[in-house]
Amino acid sequence: MNPQSVDPQSVDPQAAGPRPAAPPAGPAAAAVPAARTAGGGEQRRPARDRAGRRRTARRPAAGPRQLHPGAWWLWALGLGTAASRTTNPLLLLLAAAVAGHVVAARRGDAPWSRSYGAFLRLGLVVLGIRLVFAVLLGSPVPGTRVLFTLPEVPLPDWAQGVRLGGRVTAEALAFALEDGLRLAVLLGCVGAANALASPARLLRSLPGALYEAGVAVVVAMTFAPNLVADVRRLRAARRLRGRPDRGVRALLSVGLPVLEGALERSVGLAAAMDTRGFGRTADVPPAVRRTTAALTLTGLTGVCVAVYGLLTDTGTVWALPLLAAGLAAAAGGLVLGGRRALRTRHRPDPWAAREWLTAGSGAAVAGLTVWLSTRDPGAFHPPAVPLTAPALPLLPAAAVLLGLVPAVAAPVPPRTAGQGPREAAGTREGTGAGARTAAGGPGHPRGRRARQERKDAEERKEADR
Amino acid sequence: MITFEQVSVTYPDADAPALAGVDLHVPEGELCLLVGPSGSGKSTLLGAVSGLVPHFTGGVLRGRVTVAGRDTRTHRPRDLADAVGTVGQDPLAHFVTDTVEDELAYGLESLGTPPEVMRRRVEETLDLMGLAELRDRAPASLSGGQQQRVAIGSVLAVGPRLLVLDEPTSALDPGAAEEVLAVLQRLVHDLGTTVLLAEHRLERVVQYADRVVLLPGPGLPPVTGDPAEVMAASPVFPPVVGLGRAAGWSPPPLSVRDARRRAAPLRARLAAAAPAPRTPAGRPPGEAVAEVRSLAVRRGGTAALRGVDLVLHRGSVTALMGRNGAGKSTLLGSLVGLHAPASGSVRVAGLVPHRTRPAQLVRQVGLVPQDPRDLLYGETVAAECAAADADAGAEPGTCRALVERLLPGLADGSHPRDLSEGQRLSLALAVVLTARPALLLLDEPTRGLDYAAKERLVGIVRGLAAEEPRCAVLLATHDVELAAELADRTVVLADGEVVDDGPTASVVTASPAFAPQVAKVLAPEPWLTVSQVRDALTPVGAAPGSPA
Repeated sequence: MNPQSVDPQSVDPQAAGPRPAAPPAGPAAAAVPAARTAGGGEQRRPARDRAGRRRTARRPAAGPRQLHPGAWWLWALGLGTAASRTTNPLLLLLAAAVAGHVVAARRGDAPWSRSYGAFLRLGLVVLGIRLVFAVLLGSPVPGTRVLFTLPEVPLPDWAQGVRLGGRVTAEALAFALEDGLRLAVLLGCVGAANALASPARLLRSLPGALYEAGVAVVVAMTFAPNLVADVRRLRAARRLRGRPDRGVRALLSVGLPVLEGALERSVGLAAAMDTRGFGRTADVPPAVRRTTAALTLTGLTGVCVAVYGLLTDTGTVWALPLLAAGLAAAAGGLVLGGRRALRTRHRPDPWAAREWLTAGSGAAVAGLTVWLSTRDPGAFHPPAVPLTAPALPLLPAAAVLLGLVPAVAAPVPPRTAGQGPREAAGTREGTGAGARTAAGGPGHPRGRRARQERKDAEERKEADR
Repeated sequence: MITFEQVSVTYPDADAPALAGVDLHVPEGELCLLVGPSGSGKSTLLGAVSGLVPHFTGGVLRGRVTVAGRDTRTHRPRDLADAVGTVGQDPLAHFVTDTVEDELAYGLESLGTPPEVMRRRVEETLDLMGLAELRDRAPASLSGGQQQRVAIGSVLAVGPRLLVLDEPTSALDPGAAEEVLAVLQRLVHDLGTTVLLAEHRLERVVQYADRVVLLPGPGLPPVTGDPAEVMAASPVFPPVVGLGRAAGWSPPPLSVRDARRRAAPLRARLAAAAPAPRTPAGRPPGEAVAEVRSLAVRRGGTAALRGVDLVLHRGSVTALMGRNGAGKSTLLGSLVGLHAPASGSVRVAGLVPHRTRPAQLVRQVGLVPQDPRDLLYGETVAAECAAADADAGAEPGTCRALVERLLPGLADGSHPRDLSEGQRLSLALAVVLTARPALLLLDEPTRGLDYAAKERLVGIVRGLAAEEPRCAVLLATHDVELAAELADRTVVLADGEVVDDGPTASVVTASPAFAPQVAKVLAPEPWLTVSQVRDALTPVGAAPGSPA
């Protein structure tokens, strides 16, 4: 509990704020200077003090907690990189299985955790579309084993090179399958990161200058489940009007009311956020503001030009240095822009051994597969012609299996909902009773954890004194 | 703490000011209650205190509003955030983050509080609001009372000197409302926080107020004063004040305790009389309209209803009570076929609701949902009525005639979303009644209604149950006063099971949580409503059963 403790000597007595146990006159009097300190921005504590205690405000790296979302994304990107380097279906399926296993083992019960299934389905849709295109439009892969022949649509001369219908070969289908599978597995990796890392927490780790954009994204994301609930409720309401509640028309007709509701809710939320101090900024000298804008603009322009150069293969000489300079200028702009932001952060997620292990396993998977793929390209890209059964190369498979580390190394996330998914159709009080019973009760797992937390909190308080 | 000097507010596109000539001074440390009928400018006044009016809403504010020494003209809402905490009606619209703890920290983060101070204040607020066990939970997964406590805690963590609350208890069941009010009491008494509170349900809050500000109507200047003084002449008042007025007590009592201490002579006077029977003699309930037999419904993996039996007859009004999440809405939903039973059966006029086509079912059973807006898609009232006629297969003009009866003078061209809560409820009711259903279901109908609108609703529902063809009415409500006023029979649900079912008089007087104020004052005599008492006290000739 030591990392939690706050040295009583160094706490600014003026910033103490209301204490529940304090005599009635105290808190109100104390709150005024506290408010001023908080509002003014210029009276922030000296750097020495802050540097010395920044650690104390972080969450402890023990017990049930959320892994740093950055670690999950690095892991998923590593796995995704590995998948993008190969068309070997066995390796791809192995990578998908690894991601799926980690999701199953370490997923929480928050709404975003349920998005994994949606990503998998999206992957299957992509795979299906790829196959349909291969069947309809033909394939560049020359094949010999004709499965069936579609009637070919004659096309005018100017559409040369485009074919509609015609022969469908097993090789072409296998190639399309492998290619589509790669996309599906990539989507699965992104979905895994989405399900494992809270998007809100990820955005909380953004630099101060990007914070406001981040909030917009968070708000948009929390609105998605609300919209789904609204659609369900309004479709149910159609039934109450005696109209059919199924079918496309029912879905379309609730569109406008759903949008109206969403708009009203956003306005309400904006008002609430405004009264809670969102958008407060520190006074920054005009020179700094102008420099920030100039740096960001030139930096981003530089990055764009450099990326263009890199992609067109014309400016490999000048593009890389320009890219570096552009990135540096943009980063400088971000740092300067952060000066305008007054925000501080409540208990940032720690980056501890478990984060290193998770992110490291992702990096290892990516690094090893990239290295192995240059040494043994055949194992990673089994030839489509002639058609052969793919073999599982042992070393790359072992490398991909390294991605399983987080299934053990990552902490089990704490439960955030009292119980199963919140059902919103037709009522807004669906979970009340369950939520209440789940909150306590001796012997109930939640009750035990709550007691443990209470004990922890008490210990922390002891330490504070 | 709050000073209004000759303040008037006019919204853009409005003919008349929403607030005019307001002079108001709220000293530090008071719990100030803002009352008034719908549309009298309560929300505008609250918005002017938190700075949202006119910075956020637009419009013109004349005069000067000073809050904690800051002029709201030069301070935007975010500049007042450290001095004023604002909590709106719907706590879910207030939440920005996804755990309780982060929610409490949000305001502190916005103000740039140093992390270690923030850490401590979050812990203190968790303890103060009794939220320590819920710290990792998602706000959306909490019960109504818990959500309201999180919302209050989230603005309190910053250490504001003033709390502004807009109807904090109107969506809550009696237990959860007490939970929230207890917290407010504690803030006022222990921390010296000034609280400005608007509320329709005066019976819940008026006894805690140090001062009452009454807004008598749109554009009228406020009346400020001691709660008892203001209540003596107020157009909106809780039943206990109505009882005091009927009994001729001056000043009127504000709490059940006040009234009970003075009520001994009244009880003696009333002992001789018996409450007027609510249903006119010779009109027993008609045939059974709906039969629910050992119904179980599962929703989202949990049992929402378990073995519920219920029979509803024509001409009877039944109140369905119970805490948030007890399964009231699910039961109503099952009767209109929104939820398929897991076991047991539901029959409405011989039909199985979830297997019946909506167009057929709508002639047998109609539900007005918690938020009447869900039922209304039209651009105008006229379009809405025309659509309702088409849906129900009724004569064109049926719905419009109903609207005219329920709510005389509603303009054809107004947009349903621009109506007040009471008007919207009447419109939704008219839409549902167009098909002349035999069973009418109302889900939480008095949410957001003022006393006048509530009275009108009572009249309408009584009419429906009494006039041929008589309707069976089932209303799910937290409003014990409404149940006492309206229902012949009360069913209490808890955790999806029926725990009590019987005549309203015996059910609600037996329960401390669901007893109306008059019953608490006059127990053990079986009186439930002010109108019963008034009729018994006034000489013969007064119309029996007239609304309070």
